Amino acid sequence: MEIIVCIKQVPDTTDVKIDPKTGRLIREGIPVIINPDDKAAIEAALQLKANGKITVLTMGPPQAEEALREALAMGCDDAILLCDFKFAGSDTWATANAIAAGIKKIGKYDLILCGRQAIDGDTAQVGPQLAESLNLPQITYVQKVEINGGKVKAERELEDGYEIIETGMPALLTIVKEMNEARYPTLQGIDKAYEAEVKTWKAADIGADENKIGLKASPTMVKKVFSPSAKGQGLILQGSIKEMAHDLVERLKEREIIQKF
Amino acid sequence: MNFDFTKKQLAIKKMIKEFADKEVKPYAAEADQKEIFPAEQIKKLAKLGVMGMSVPRKYGGAELDNVSQTIIMEEISRACNATAVTMGAHASLTCHPIVNFGTEEQKQRFLPKLASGEYLGAFALTEPAAGSDAVNVQTTAVRDGDEYIINGSKIFITNGGKADLVCVVTTTDKAAKHKGLAIFAVETKKTKGFGLGKKEDKLGLRGSNTQELVFQDMRVPKENLIGGVEGEGFKQAMSVFNSGRIGIGVQGVGIAQAAFEECLKYVNEREQFDRKLHKFQALQFMLADMAMKIDAARLLCFRAADVKDKGRKYVKEAAMAKLYGSDVAMEVTRQAIQIHGGYGYMKDYPLERFYRDAKITEIYEGTSEIQKLVIAAELLGRGF
Repeated sequence: MEIIVCIKQVPDTTDVKIDPKTGRLIREGIPVIINPDDKAAIEAALQLKANGKITVLTMGPPQAEEALREALAMGCDDAILLCDFKFAGSDTWATANAIAAGIKKIGKYDLILCGRQAIDGDTAQVGPQLAESLNLPQITYVQKVEINGGKVKAERELEDGYEIIETGMPALLTIVKEMNEARYPTLQGIDKAYEAEVKTWKAADIGADENKIGLKASPTMVKKVFSPSAKGQGLILQGSIKEMAHDLVERLKEREIIQKF
Repeated sequence: MNFDFTKKQLAIKKMIKEFADKEVKPYAAEADQKEIFPAEQIKKLAKLGVMGMSVPRKYGGAELDNVSQTIIMEEISRACNATAVTMGAHASLTCHPIVNFGTEEQKQRFLPKLASGEYLGAFALTEPAAGSDAVNVQTTAVRDGDEYIINGSKIFITNGGKADLVCVVTTTDKAAKHKGLAIFAVETKKTKGFGLGKKEDKLGLRGSNTQELVFQDMRVPKENLIGGVEGEGFKQAMSVFNSGRIGIGVQGVGIAQAAFEECLKYVNEREQFDRKLHKFQALQFMLADMAMKIDAARLLCFRAADVKDKGRKYVKEAAMAKLYGSDVAMEVTRQAIQIHGGYGYMKDYPLERFYRDAKITEIYEGTSEIQKLVIAAELLGRGF
C-alpha cells in the first residue's frame, strides 16, 4: 500500500492575530507546527501502511522542511517539498493544482490523505479540490477508516452522527484530528529524519502549468480579513412558552431580522 | 561561538517538551501527594528511546550527544522531578559506568536491556558512613572461585526498590582505600542475598523510589565486576558523578523554570489595589532577577555539556553547573512562593512542591560544598 500524505506547516495558535493594517496573519514569534488534522492524517497513514510506503508532501517556504522532517521522524518514508517563488500567493485552487502536479510526478499511489482543514486558513478546500484535480473519489471528514479487498470504507463525521462510505482505490480522504492520537517521534526516528534527504521540487520539476499556480492564477480575491469581535452575552427569555415566543418574535422584528408585516 | 541548538536538537526539544507537557506534567501533583512511582511515564519514555539516550546505537541506544541529553533532562524536570530523577538515575548513573568502563561482554549483556527500558537501573554508593566521603565504603566483596560474595548495605538509593540492575560500589581491599573499590552490576531479580530495607519518606521527589539495600552473602558472578578489574571503582564512580552533575544542574534549571512560568501566569491574573500584579515594580524586579539567574544557570549547564561533547575535560564546568543550577532552583522556588503569597504556601498550587523538590539538588550527586571543593581543586591545580 502506497500512501501520500499532504501536510501544511501552520502557526501554533488557535488565537491567531491579524495585522489590522495589512489584513495578514501575524506570524512573527509564533512557533510553527504540523497542522493538527494533517498530523492525524500522518498517524492514520502509519497505521494503514503495513508493508507499504508513505510519502509526505507539502508546499511551502524552505522552513517547511522542518515539518517534513517531523513527519519522517514519526515514521514516514519519503518527503517532498514543493518550494518555488512561483507558487507564492496561491489560493486553495492554485495550491491544489500545484500539489496535483507534484502527485502526478510521484506517480504511483493507492491512497492520498489530507487533513480536514488548516488552523490558519480554515477553508477545508484543498483536499476536495485536489481530489477533483486528480479525478479521484473523495471522502471528507473521515473519523475512522479501514481497507478491505482493495476498497476503502470510511466513517464520515457529521454534526449529528456519521455516514459510512465505501469507494475503490485510489482515493483521497480528508482526516479529522479526533480520529487518533498522533504518536510522538522517537529519538531513533529523529535521528533517521535528519539523515534522510528531503527532495525539493520547483514548478518546472513537476511540470506545473504556470497559468494555474501562484497569486496571479488564484481566483480568490480577499476583500478583508479581520478578527471578529467577541459575541455579546446571550439572553434567556422568561415566561410561558407562548409569552416567550411572542417576546422572541418582537425582538427579531425590532432588529429587522424578520420582516414586519 | 554558537549559542544555537542544531536543528536536530531543536526537534528533540520540541518532541520532549510536548511529551513532558502532555504525558508527564499532568500527573506530577498526584504522584507527589500519593507517592506514586512514575512507572507509566518511564515506560512511555522508554518507547521514545529516552531511557537509552546515553547508550551507543550498536547496543540499542539513541546515542545522544550530551547537549541533547541535557535538553531532555531540563524538560522532564520542568514537568515532574520524580520522573526526572528516576530517568536520570537510570540513563546517567547506571548506564554511564557500563557504557564507559564495562567489558564488551558486559555491554552486550546489559546495555540492550537498559536501553529498551526492559531493565530499570540504579547506582548504589551511599552508605551510613560513606557519602561525601566516598572512599569509606564498608560493603565488602570477597572473591570465592568464580564469584564474589558481597555483604553490606546501601542507603538513599534512587530506584533501589524498583531496579532490575543495580551498580553496587564495594571494596575488595579496605586497606587500599580508594584503590580498593570495585563496582558490580547486580541483577536484582536473579541474585540471592539481595534484599530491600527501608523505603525512605522524603521531603521532595515523593513519587520517586528511594530505598535501603541490604546484601547478605550476595553471590555475584565475577563477570559482573565492571571493567573486569578490581580497584577501578573509585575512578569509575567519580566519572559517573562528574557526568551526572550536568544533569542535576539542569534539573535545578527545570524546576526553577517551572516555578518561573507559574509566576508569569499568576502576575497576569491576580489583581491587588485594582491593578494586575505585573504592574508592581517590586514584582517586576523579582521576575527579572529570576529570568536572568535561570538563564545563567542554563548556560552553565549547556556549556558543560558542550565541553563534554567536544571531548575536553569538563570537571570544573560540570561542578559549576551543578552548584549554580541547584542554587538557582532554591532561590527561584523560594521567590516564586513569595510572589504567590498565601496561595504559594498551599498544596493546591505547585509552588510548595517545587520548593521541596529543589532542595535535593543541593545535596545529591555531591553536595554544594563538595562542588566548591571540586572547583577549587581544579583552580588550584591539585586535581581531585
